Amino acid sequence: MVEHRPILTVLTHLVMLTGILLIAFPIWITFVAASHDAIRMTQVPLPLWPGDQFWHNMKITLLGSGLRGTETTPVWWMMFNSLVMALSIAFGKIAISIISAFAIVYFRFPFRMGFFWLIFITLMLPVEVRILPTFEVVANLGLLNSYAGLSLPLIASATATFMFRQVFLTIPDEMLESARIDGAGPMRFFWDILLPLSRTNIAALFVILFIYGWNQYLWPLLITTDADMTTVVVSLKQMLTAAEATPEWNIIMMTALLAMLPPILVVVFMQKLFVKGLTETDK
Amino acid sequence: MLKRVHFPPSILPYLLVAPQVAITLIFFIWPAAEALYQSFLIEDAFGLSTEFVWFENFDALFKDPQYTGAFLRTAFFSGAVAFLSLSLAIVLAGFADRVVRGATVYRTLLIWPYAIAPVLAGALWAFMFNPTLGIISYALEFINVDWNYKVNGRQAMALVIMAAAWKQVAYNFLFYLAAMQSIPKSVIEAAAIDGAGPIRRFWTIIFPLVSPTTFFLLVINAVYAFFDTFGIIDAVTQGGPANATTILVYKVYNDGFVGLDLGGSAAQSVILMALVIAMTVVQFRFIEKKVEY
Repeated sequence: MVEHRPILTVLTHLVMLTGILLIAFPIWITFVAASHDAIRMTQVPLPLWPGDQFWHNMKITLLGSGLRGTETTPVWWMMFNSLVMALSIAFGKIAISIISAFAIVYFRFPFRMGFFWLIFITLMLPVEVRILPTFEVVANLGLLNSYAGLSLPLIASATATFMFRQVFLTIPDEMLESARIDGAGPMRFFWDILLPLSRTNIAALFVILFIYGWNQYLWPLLITTDADMTTVVVSLKQMLTAAEATPEWNIIMMTALLAMLPPILVVVFMQKLFVKGLTETDK
Repeated sequence: MLKRVHFPPSILPYLLVAPQVAITLIFFIWPAAEALYQSFLIEDAFGLSTEFVWFENFDALFKDPQYTGAFLRTAFFSGAVAFLSLSLAIVLAGFADRVVRGATVYRTLLIWPYAIAPVLAGALWAFMFNPTLGIISYALEFINVDWNYKVNGRQAMALVIMAAAWKQVAYNFLFYLAAMQSIPKSVIEAAAIDGAGPIRRFWTIIFPLVSPTTFFLLVINAVYAFFDTFGIIDAVTQGGPANATTILVYKVYNDGFVGLDLGGSAAQSVILMALVIAMTVVQFRFIEKKVEY
């Protein structure tokens, strides 16, 4: 610190605490709502302090007997769908972009720049923009209501390819020269040298992609008409619509809590990787 | 591109790029081309015949007050979201930069809203501001605010802006904090010796030095507000009341999937694509520039 001013230090912590309270308040309200019974959640004013129904609500929400009048797909199953989708997007993106970055950096072949630009263009087209035609393509391929349809269109990503290209370019050429002198072929070089060297980058990218995949909303909303294929994030919206008629906010908020828990845990416990991934993929 | 040594030519590199190129062609190029093609077509009400009409769809869009309205609304919405979340983030980062002990704890407690899906963020805020039950609506009654975002368009807009900004603060905070921590301490100390107080130092040293970050974040926030906020709008207002919160990306979805106006929706997609490409170019230009800093 530059100067010693006790008042300023106190003010600093006060501002930080206020900021944290402001950021955390909606989550606190969610947690409190998820810990009361349905009747208490219809009486104004709503509670600000947690009740004792938290574990009971969690049980009935996870097992799907919570909400009356909607489809009874249990929340644990929709969380499983979300998990499959998030993991396939993360693994799929990393796998296809690391090998294409490898090809573009370490080989010289006709149309190399053509491929590079083809991939580059995808950087500019988020799924929301080309939603209707992409939906038609996926429908034509018969991929509606399938895990492949959920994850494949979100897999192609120029950002990941760029990041791996950047990483490979920082690896000294001598590595490749010595590997070739030792008689290593391209795939051997890839497995034994490139992959271990980019391990932390892969992990950081994985964290970002997991959150990205888990939080997808519009795409799964469109292509899953079968309640058994819905992800938990999408199901929350359906519950909100149902809440217009029979508000069971304790169950809805419990679902919201369960839906946000996995990505939050990932951010909090893998903070270093998360920050690394965030700052490296977006630039 | 810049490697001196390469592997000898073979079929292998083609096999390696094949998966990504295949997915790009099927799920990006094909739909984008389709959107471009459809934007030149008009389909009759029963979907029986289509007619090639060149720019008629675009022409109709820009003459449609609904669309130009959505355009202005989107500009206002993303400007407000960017301003709100950036100013909150820069204040928090400015103070966090001063914290000696417990800085990582503060950081941890501030960054996790990034992990929350937009639609969940929307649900949380809709619940807090629910006209009949919401805890904040209840508090607002005491100061005589008649809160009902379901009928009042301005309140609905304010609510989605708050929810969207709340979610984005974490991201902006991280980048600002990193930028401030990379400012050499000697610069700040020299200013302090010259008698500049903390506020003066912030405006004359820290703020100008983080301006590249501000610019980068402005672009990122604009893209976020344009596209990623779909979930928030859909959870809180569904574009209503009376289209008061229908931003461009929501209109594409609404016209295409609910209104089934294929040509019009495709034309809107094409316009959005042009917008994203423009933003990406701006962002890349900026990154090239930043190397010189």
